[in-house]
Amino acid sequence: MISSLDYATLQQLWWIICSIVCALFLFLNFVQGGQTLLWEVAKTDLEKSLVITSLGRKWEMPFTTLVLFGGALFAAFPKFYATSFGGAYWVWMLILFSFIIQAVSYEYRKKENNFLGATVYELFLFINGSVGILLIGAAVGTFYTGSNFTLDLYNRVTWNYTLMGINLRGLEAAFSLFNLSLGLFLLFNARVLGALYLLNNIDLSSTPDLESRLRKGAWHSFLIALPFLLYILISILFMEGFNVDQAGRVSLVPFKYLLNLLAMPHLLVLLLAGIVLVIYGVLSSTFKKSNKGIWFCGLGTVFTGLVILSLPAFNNTPFYPSKLDLQSSLTIYNASSSMYTLTVMTYVAIGIPFVLAYVVYVWKLMDSKKLTPEEVIHEESY
Amino acid sequence: MLEIDLSMVNWARAQFALTAMYHWIFVPLTLGLSFLCAFFESIYVRTGNKEWRDITKFWMTLFGINFAIGVATGIILEFEFGTNWSNYSWMVGDIFGAPLAIEGLFAFFLEATFFAVMFFGWNRVSKRFHLFSTWMVALGSNLSAIWILVANGWMQNPVGMVFNPGTARFEMQSFFEVVFNPVAVSKFVHTSSSGFLFASLFVLAISCWYLIKKRHIQMAKKSIVVASVFGLFSSSYVALTGDTSAYEVAQKQPMKLAAIEGLYTGETKAPIVAAGILNPDKKPGDNQDPFLVKVEIPYLLSLLANHSIDSFVPGIDDLVYGNEKEGIEGVAPKIIKGKKAINALAFFKQARQENNNQKAKLALAKFKENQKYLGYGYLDKPEEAIPPVAIPYYAFHIMVALGTFFPFLFAVFLFYALKDSLAQKRWLLFIGLISGFLGFIASQAGWVVAEVGRQPWAIYGLLPVKVATTNLAVENVQITFFMFLGLFTLLLIAEIKIMLKQISIGPEEGS
Ligand code: HDD
Ligand code: HEM
Ligand code: HEM
Repeated sequence: MISSLDYATLQQLWWIICSIVCALFLFLNFVQGGQTLLWEVAKTDLEKSLVITSLGRKWEMPFTTLVLFGGALFAAFPKFYATSFGGAYWVWMLILFSFIIQAVSYEYRKKENNFLGATVYELFLFINGSVGILLIGAAVGTFYTGSNFTLDLYNRVTWNYTLMGINLRGLEAAFSLFNLSLGLFLLFNARVLGALYLLNNIDLSSTPDLESRLRKGAWHSFLIALPFLLYILISILFMEGFNVDQAGRVSLVPFKYLLNLLAMPHLLVLLLAGIVLVIYGVLSSTFKKSNKGIWFCGLGTVFTGLVILSLPAFNNTPFYPSKLDLQSSLTIYNASSSMYTLTVMTYVAIGIPFVLAYVVYVWKLMDSKKLTPEEVIHEESY
Repeated sequence: MLEIDLSMVNWARAQFALTAMYHWIFVPLTLGLSFLCAFFESIYVRTGNKEWRDITKFWMTLFGINFAIGVATGIILEFEFGTNWSNYSWMVGDIFGAPLAIEGLFAFFLEATFFAVMFFGWNRVSKRFHLFSTWMVALGSNLSAIWILVANGWMQNPVGMVFNPGTARFEMQSFFEVVFNPVAVSKFVHTSSSGFLFASLFVLAISCWYLIKKRHIQMAKKSIVVASVFGLFSSSYVALTGDTSAYEVAQKQPMKLAAIEGLYTGETKAPIVAAGILNPDKKPGDNQDPFLVKVEIPYLLSLLANHSIDSFVPGIDDLVYGNEKEGIEGVAPKIIKGKKAINALAFFKQARQENNNQKAKLALAKFKENQKYLGYGYLDKPEEAIPPVAIPYYAFHIMVALGTFFPFLFAVFLFYALKDSLAQKRWLLFIGLISGFLGFIASQAGWVVAEVGRQPWAIYGLLPVKVATTNLAVENVQITFFMFLGLFTLLLIAEIKIMLKQISIGPEEGS
């Protein structure tokens, strides 16, 4: 069946798969969001331990999803992998740094003789949750605002954006109000998710202060995220966008992403559903004292993420546009692997539901009992 | 033609070597300790003896400390192909990306998911499910080894693909050829078993230390028995598969073999150098003896390389300057053909831009004639095709010497452990203690052989390292190099300090 799919379908399918992985990553960023909340919501050692242990049982999930995202892009869209990672060198390097320091922090923070001291590891977690997510948002923003690269005849990338004689190699992405807003939105959305996850995961009956701080944290982060979200949505509706015509020529077209939304109404529905779910999740947690908000917000984030990634890729749109040389822009059709490789990878992708299934199964099994203070004190904890 | 900034290339190589070698400090331990933990826990579940549970938990703690930093050093490698080797990523991403994606999906998720159960599940899931999770972590880490070594094996011996002149990149033609690449298979069996071996040495060394200090004696003795059995099997297997690896190298990368043997002039009935000191003044093509001193074993190299005493093993000079009698083409004519291929490709591209079909067809025909040599076209002189000799030579001999020693070591340990007289053999305990470090040396040496011996190629015979890089100013790479050096060193120190502390605390007994 898979071998009968045509090339364009495979390319679209793989963009959808990559988008799903990225959207799941944005949901799993509740770990990162939670990390930035640590100092704010946890005042005592016990509270800290509860928060870190609860997050620590999940930290591998966003991490591994990020790795998978990289691998999937490499396999399915190697030209993007080469152009973006090689071109926007510094953005990606800093993102990676923030994940390197995250990986050791949970395991080492409380261990005796840990050389750097608990506070440094907590700082590492904070940096990962804040700078890391902000930059990821800025990088995703360039799917809309474009980047400063050209490709030569052999597809070698040259990056050209200098500030005071220094080639910024992608860091300039953070100078765009749109990219920055997307980054900040993701950051505060991750904090909302983090607070809601902790509400759901920890047995808060003996730490009421932690509970109220978490509810407050979710609500405040949501209020901060909102204007950024509005700004992004309004910009998307009105901004000029990149378009590929029949002959493959790229040009700037007014209201491009609005036109895309209208041409793909299912994305519009998904976006609205996503936003409603996020809002419902927050409101129910804040005003109805529900602990299930994470599931609504999480699903809402996945929907929104899917739209953010699909909108600039389908309907004759280059998903990685170049501002310097429009014709160097990457579309899912000119950046993909060969038909053979995509077909092989699609067989491989049949495994995704199985992986998801055991992840969900183990997650449920492990979280069927809430994390209690007794457990943190007497058993393995971070 | 493109301009190449060689200092940038070398910094990028140094950065890759640095990050890979850091990663490889922790990964072999993960590969082996995960299985050792699974063995310990299986014994616990079978016997129900709490002592085995404590042993399991103790080694798991060390496993966790090691795992975290292994993961931290791994993520950078995956993305480094894009950041520092973007031309490489584009040229071979169609083939090379697939194993990395599969690794992420099937191996890392298995590890990541069950890792949480292994550490936090003791009272949350049933005993059996916990054991199952421990095995899944072991399985996951070794699956990840398979896929990354498929990727690496393909760089050493590119198979299952063609060059597509239209896109100017290599494209996959057979997934199964890539996966069952004989080099990938021999790499996997040798590398994973070397991880088991290293981890066994690690457990052995720490247990020896307890016996020397007369602490946790029961636990140490039990650990030694399990580690010795596992170590005996894996070290024998390492030697066996090392031999297979050498055979594959001889068949697929004769230049690497010549370098690791310090062989300049090829011969039939070639002897192997068991030990020797290289002559530092030796240059390819001159008449000096490559060795200052050496001890040889007759015939063995021919036997090892081609499984036949009468076979001819080419030396560096034969491979670079050609040897008509043996039908070996030198590098110089290959460079000429390679340059023809590069030019034809440029013509082809130009003709296609001009929509000149006639011209495109001609250029393509010319390209096809010489495309096998495409990579050689980027070399400037024949000697460029020679890897450094001293580094892989010494690394290889250290690895093999240690590889011959370890099976005996484990046999002796097992013997005395079963006689229960280890505690009296203090000299042996000290040897065991040092051997942990020797395992690390052998393991790093192995990769140095494999990777330095591969130079100057990123993809063997097809893409030299110098054309594989990203177009970056050298300062960028220098800064990230030192950032990684600083950060990883900091984390390594933290890891070692925590590890030593946990070792000195020892297992929680009877909790
Ligand atoms: C504890 C570690 C260890 C030990 C004792 C040995 N090896 Fe090894 N060796 C490795 C760990 C290793 C490795 C790190 O796993 C390498 C690096 C790349 C690879 O495929 O495996 C390797 C590579 C490697 C290569 C290069 C493969 C290539 O370039 O593709 C050869 C020829 C051998 N080994 C041969 C041997 C022989 C004949 C040994 C003698 C008993 C031996 N090794 C012991
Ligand atoms: C973890 C174990 C590994 C170690 C310790 C290791 C070690 C090294 C070393 C020492 C170099 C420098 C060689 C030189 O420039 O002279 C190098 C380069 C490199 N290795 Fe590895 N390597 C490992 C695994 C891998 C794997 C699995 C791959 C591919 C899948 C790989 C790909 C590369 C690349 C692309 C370079 C840079 C280009 C080059 O110099 O050849 N390495 N590695
Ligand atoms: C240059 C090539 C390599 C790349 C790109 C790479 C990539 C990675 C990444 C991204 C991780 C983190 C995974 C996670 O999210 O859990 C990781 C961890 C790991 N890698 Fe590598 N790796 C390389 C070389 C190797 C080699 C040669 C082996 C084994 C033979 C290996 C085995 C492992 C294992 C077992 C882990 C699990 C965690 C640990 O290290 O303790 N890797 N690697």
